[in-house]
This record gives sequence, structure tokens and C-alpha cells, in this order.
Amino acid sequence: MATTALGEVARARSLEHRRGVRPTDVVFYALMVVLALIFMFPFLWTLSSSLKTVQELFDFPPPLLPKVPQFRNYVVAINTVPMVRWIGNSVLVVVLATLGTVLSSSVAAFSFARFKYRGRDLIFMLTLATLMLPGQVTLIPQFILFHEMNLIDTLYPLWVPFWFGGTAFYIFLLRQFLMTIPADLDEAALIDGASYPRVFWTILLPLCKPALATCAVISFINQWNEFNTPLVYLNTPEKFTIALGLSFYRNVPEQGGMPMQHLLMAASVMAIAPCLVLFFSAQRYFVQGIVLSGLKG
Amino acid sequence: MAVAVSAPRARSLPWYAGIVGASTPLQAKKALWGYLFLLPWAVGLVVFWLGPILASFAFSFLQYDMMSAPIFVGLDNFKKAFFGDDLFWPSLGRTFQYSLVVVPVGLGGALGLAILLNRGVRGTAFFRTCFFLPSLTPAVALALVWTWLMHPQVGPINTALGYVGINGPQWLTDKNWALWSLMIITLWNTFGGNPMLIFLAGLQGVPDTLLDAAEIDGAGRWAKFRNVILPMISPTLLFNLILGIIGALKVFTIAYVATNGGPAYATWFLALHIYNEAFKYFRMGYGSALAWIFVIVLLIFTFIQMQLSKRWVYYAGEAD
Repeated sequence: MATTALGEVARARSLEHRRGVRPTDVVFYALMVVLALIFMFPFLWTLSSSLKTVQELFDFPPPLLPKVPQFRNYVVAINTVPMVRWIGNSVLVVVLATLGTVLSSSVAAFSFARFKYRGRDLIFMLTLATLMLPGQVTLIPQFILFHEMNLIDTLYPLWVPFWFGGTAFYIFLLRQFLMTIPADLDEAALIDGASYPRVFWTILLPLCKPALATCAVISFINQWNEFNTPLVYLNTPEKFTIALGLSFYRNVPEQGGMPMQHLLMAASVMAIAPCLVLFFSAQRYFVQGIVLSGLKG
Repeated sequence: MAVAVSAPRARSLPWYAGIVGASTPLQAKKALWGYLFLLPWAVGLVVFWLGPILASFAFSFLQYDMMSAPIFVGLDNFKKAFFGDDLFWPSLGRTFQYSLVVVPVGLGGALGLAILLNRGVRGTAFFRTCFFLPSLTPAVALALVWTWLMHPQVGPINTALGYVGINGPQWLTDKNWALWSLMIITLWNTFGGNPMLIFLAGLQGVPDTLLDAAEIDGAGRWAKFRNVILPMISPTLLFNLILGIIGALKVFTIAYVATNGGPAYATWFLALHIYNEAFKYFRMGYGSALAWIFVIVLLIFTFIQMQLSKRWVYYAGEAD
């Protein structure tokens, strides 16, 4: 009885799908488009303002689009502040931190997923517990530590910690992934005489590529946008990362009486662009990673 | 038989086998490799997590400015926070107020968007990307563009409000509106972010058979949502809730860049207070005490939620 009734519903559903455009669909799409516009508006505004003239900045009512796009603004923005240095610093930090994160957290994940030793489960619990801690509580001692090492106002504090496992999030994600790979594979290789490092490097790591890509993409975006640590560790403008440099711009518009909002917006677009490009090209990995971490949590 | 098993073990079981918890030579060797692979993270865990946590606890009993030698002051830092610091209680209250609005509204919005996306119509991927875009943007860039959008005179928001005859508020520069303005910015930024994606995955995990069965039993849209979908996604909801509260209580960058705690301390959050005490005035001892108070508040919140969750979170895998 129940199965035929279920069949009825399924048939009704598939009929619904075949019926074509319904009025509710129109309402639905209109709603989605309005929502999309609301969410995109600040970004579109940033983009449009970055191409305006000074005059257009203060026209009232503010025009939605510039009459003639001023691509020159980008050149001026780059020359007004050490933009190239900032981007260079950011690239350096992001690449080193991401590389360190992926390598060191995959090694730790390998240890948690494939070996048995005393204290493993306790250490794993501690690892997960660090996810709950706010950064503020470790930041002060870390700052003093790097101060004692004379590394304040250098880029080292921004990436060195990530060569020691970085954040538990990545270790957890990679461990969960490794657990899904059958251990028979490693055992076969071990019987053939491969060493553990070799099993890790030539067998497991290549199989983990999707999870590694996920970690790399998430780490890239987090590092690129990181604000708190550079704010604490860096003092000299030439050493800033792009996220910190942008906040430096905040005070500029008042200086010298020249409005600079359009340059600020041009700089913002340059700061957002790499993440957008990365997100669009690796969307699958990114979404997968977020989802994995949420479902297993 | 017994001899065959115990003979090789007696011959070559290494001295450390007991320490690493191994009962055969192979297990012992494997355990050593396990420790070796763990080493980088073990160092990181001690140097960058456990060590700093303990150090921070010790600092909270000191007066330390990094120039002169630290002085032991007992509980003075905590007494100062609770009784002698005019900014502490208001900053804590403000942080709660902010979280109390941002977390429930934010999660409700994220769930709403996820439900819309879950209809799986054509163009879903495009809309998902549009919704998600703001959370990819550096918080600094967000704060900067919103400062302009909310500009009282030339900002597009007040201009638009002017067209419909509303005299828009002063937003970030008004001490009665600044906190609400930051909430709006945060909400707009988080509706389509990670929580939405996690909800979406949760919704996709609700089996169609359950929904069909509910439909046969005559359940309407609301009844289906309330009695089938909500219980099925409750673990996801708990996860988002815990991370959401931690994230909201940590609010820093948006306030630092958009208002720097002002006007008249209207957006002076706890994290901003800690940052100023520690890294502006170099009161490392006091800053650590504040950070510890913060951790304890967070732990209490998380604990309460875990306790409460036993009443409303349903795990499909459990036989209950």
C-alpha cells in the first residue's frame, strides 16, 4: 500500500517537472535575482567606483556607472602607495604558509590515521580542542616569543607557525580523508619493501590530491585575507601585506584634501581579485572542504 | 603453538615496546614511525598552542610591559577588569548584544538561502556564487566600501532612502546607530558564507523517502519543515551555532577598520579592548587576564550549548 502511494507522489513530482514554467517559478527567479543583486551590490559598487573620476565621486545623486571608465586609477593607486611591495609580501606569506600547512598537516594526518601508539588519541583530542580557542589567548605569548627572537616587524611570524601543522582544521580534514583510503594499499607496498616515508610520499599523497587541493585553496584565501596577525607583528609600511596595507589607505582620503575613494576602491579590487580568480577556478574543492568539515564536525 | 608465538617476541621485542604501547616488534617499529611523523605538529602544538596558553595564564598574574622585568601582582589584573576598568563590562555586554543579534539572524538567513538554493533549479551554481562572494572579500575591503555605502551624505544607501522620502540615519558615525550598522554589515557578509554551504549539504542529506512519507501523511510545507527537515539537519545546525558564536564573540577586524571602536566607544568590543591593552599600551599581563576571561566565557557558552543540544539535536545514526 505504502509503496504504491510513494510511487504516486514520485509520479506527481516528475509530472510537475515536465509541466514547464509556472507562475511560482517566475516569482522564485525574481526573488533570487533580487537577492543576488543585494549581495553583489557592494562589490559592484567597489568595481564601478574604482573607475570613476574625482568629479563623479561627489556628484549628487551618485551615478551608478562612470561615464568613461578611468582605468588610469589603477595605475595611480599602484604609484600612490607601495602596492607592489604589499602584494609581493602577501604572495610570499601566502605561498610559504600554504605550502607549510599542506606539507606539515598531511604528515600529522598520516600519523593519526595510520599508526597506533601510546597517547595518540589524547593528542588528537588536544588537537581538536585547539579549534575552540580564540586566537587572542595565544597571540600575546606568541608575540613575546617572536619578540625574544627579534622577529617583530618581519614576515616570519606570519608563516613559520604553519610549518608546524598550522591549524588543527587542516589536520582533521586530511585525517578524515586518509581514513577513507583502504590500508591494504600501504600494506602491499610495505611487503614489497617500501619504507613508511615512501608509502606516504608516493602512494598516499597522490591519492589525497583532492583533499590537499581543498586545504591549499582554503589556506590561500584565509592567509590572503588575514588581518589580525599582520596588524600585530608589522610596523613598517613597506613590510605590510595587502590586507593590512588597505587599512592604511583608510586614513589617506583626509590627507592633503584630495579625495582618494576611487583609488581606495581600485586597491580593494586588486586585493579581492586573486581570491575571486582562485575561487572560480577551484570552486569544487573549496565548497567540498567547507562541507566536509561541517558534516563530520 | 604457544612457543612458536612467544619465541620471536622474546628474542627481539625492543626495550621501548612497553612505553609506546606495542606488543610485537613490528608494532614497536611502527609506533616509532608514528611518533616521527607526528613530530612537526607535536612541536607546533607545544610551541604555538599549549605553551602560549599556559604562558598566557601565568602572565595574567603579572604586570609586564616588555621593557622592564615582570612583577607578580596576584589577582590584581582580574580585580581591575571586574571593578576598576570602565571599559570592560560595557565591552563584554556589547559583544554579547552583537552576538545575540548576529548569530540567530545570521543562521536563519543562511538556512533560508540554503533552502532556496536546495530547490535545485537551473542557475543554482550561479546564485550560490553570488551569495558566497562577500565572504571571500577581505574584511578590510568590506569595511572600507561599507563606510562609503553608509556615508550619511553622499552614500548610496541614504541617497536611495532619500528617494522614498526617508531621512537616513548617520549610520557608523552616530553612537546610537554604529553598533547596528556593524551588525548589518556582518549579517550581509555572513548570510551567504560557510554556514549556508554547510546547511545546503545538510539539506541535501535529508532522504526524499522521508519527505514523501510525510507528504502522504498530509503534512504541509511548514509541518514538513518543522517535523522532518529541522530534526534531520539539527547536527548541522549545532555545528553552525557553535562556530557562529565563537566567530561572533571574536568580532574585531570590521570594528577596528570601520569605526575603531567609536564613536564614543559605541562599538568597543572585547577583542578590541584586549588588542588595545596588549598591543597599544603593552599591558601584556592585563591583556592576558582579559584573554583568559574571554576563553572562560567562550567555554561556558560552548558547554551550555552542548548540554542543551542533547534535547534538540537528533543523530540519525543513533538508535534511540
